[in-house]
Amino acid sequence: MIEFHSVTKRFPDGTLAVDDFSLALPSHKTTVFVGTSGSGKTTLLRMINRMVDPTSGSIDIDGADIGTLEPVQLRRGIGYVMQNSGLLPHRRVVDNVATVPMLRGTPKRKAREEALVLLDTVGLDRSLANRYPNQLSGGQQQRVGVARGLAVNPNILLMDEPFGAVDPIVRAELQQELLRLQRELGKTVVFVTHDIDEAFLLGDRVVILRTGGKVAQVGTPAEILANPIDEFVATFVGADRGKRSLHVENRGDGDIVVDGTGRLAGVLVGSRSPTASSTVGTGESKAGPRGPGAPAQGGDSR
Amino acid sequence: MTWIWSNLDLIWDRTIDHLVLSVPSIFLSFVIALPFGWLAHRYRTSRAVILTTVGVLYAIPSLPLFIVLPFIVGTSIRSPLNLIIALTLYGVALMVRVVADGLGSVDRDVQQSATAVGFSGWTSFWQVELPLAGPVLLAGLRVVAVSTVSLATVGAVIGAQNLGSLFTDGFQRGIQAEIIAGIVATVLLALALDAVLVLLGRLLMPWTRRSASGARTRRDAVVAGVAT
Repeated sequence: MIEFHSVTKRFPDGTLAVDDFSLALPSHKTTVFVGTSGSGKTTLLRMINRMVDPTSGSIDIDGADIGTLEPVQLRRGIGYVMQNSGLLPHRRVVDNVATVPMLRGTPKRKAREEALVLLDTVGLDRSLANRYPNQLSGGQQQRVGVARGLAVNPNILLMDEPFGAVDPIVRAELQQELLRLQRELGKTVVFVTHDIDEAFLLGDRVVILRTGGKVAQVGTPAEILANPIDEFVATFVGADRGKRSLHVENRGDGDIVVDGTGRLAGVLVGSRSPTASSTVGTGESKAGPRGPGAPAQGGDSR
Repeated sequence: MTWIWSNLDLIWDRTIDHLVLSVPSIFLSFVIALPFGWLAHRYRTSRAVILTTVGVLYAIPSLPLFIVLPFIVGTSIRSPLNLIIALTLYGVALMVRVVADGLGSVDRDVQQSATAVGFSGWTSFWQVELPLAGPVLLAGLRVVAVSTVSLATVGAVIGAQNLGSLFTDGFQRGIQAEIIAGIVATVLLALALDAVLVLLGRLLMPWTRRSASGARTRRDAVVAGVAT
């Protein structure tokens, strides 16, 4: 369990990034920090592995105050995945994955063998092992990044907008992969994003932040969607615009599902009978039907 | 030409003399420039001080330096050591800025992520920053190598034997072939050292070689993605 106790962070230039933040993040669950830029979400994440130290307050991991731990040792025990993968461009894929175990003293041969197994875990072909990162696609690089994050079998995995720089199709794929991995591995994942849809998809708990690192609302996606606590949250999750309300329209060829902004969200299968409305998919889900006329994935943009 | 054929031994000996002067100087310049370049890269105040100092150092005319240096370090004026020290000073003057710029050229995201996964400052410098600064360092080292080889010839004026001796001697005795041989041999030696450095770079930095094929791989992947 990760616990923030009245954590405040003021940067030397006077910016208040996080203001009196207290929260306990449950183990083996995914907690997503979501907010616009300047909401302090990345700062909060980086305080967990002491990339940033709080100005006041403290953070405990499993009851131990990390302020008393040696930062380098602490970081070697926590998985970290960042945007643009952050891989070392001068090392081959397999060596990138083996990096942290080798820093911890695992013999090279063993670390590489385990790295190859991790490539399987994240769904990468072993034939990519000897390539350099710039020889991979963006999506493949992110997968390597995830493999590296898992390499020391950490309890905690920190993910800083890991899928922010890949195209929507690859992003959807990576998100599903992460859900699968999380079902198998049950890590304590802390995930940072500015994408509310991603937050709702991946998060067991979602923490919506407003500017200056203040919590706007904490809850499960369902709780937040059902009861946005105030105007800010309602706007942020798009409830105010009726973005998530779906209705059926008949446009000649058959009944189609349309969201609040008038975008196509899916087709009604077997739509001759009006009672078939139970087959409606939501705009965000991958399970949407893909018949002719179905919209491309990722058509929903804010 | 006949002069050259009958004096191949001499040219060879002077080439070796020249190598003995230049190679240690180039190597020492690099090694000494590393900590100073790092300091200049790391702290803003030391950057100003160090870079100004090396700038001034490089502005010292070579001939006076060759003559004054023995009195400062206590070597004999014709000693190769004297020349090596002077050449190293010039090399350091060029290289410090290159090291500072090279370290500055390393992608901040990569450094951040190295820190985030648990590299300590020391390990990160040797295993991440220095290798990634490699291409810039190599470019600078090539300039230092060529300029050291050419600068070493000035040593001939104060009597230190090297390829420069061929043209001082040629001038004095009016042997044109000897002058030309000196110039050509100096240029060839500079080119040879440059080639060695390029090869060394390819050997030590294989990832820079592959980026071209990497771009192709990415494009192929996109094409394949469209086809399916």
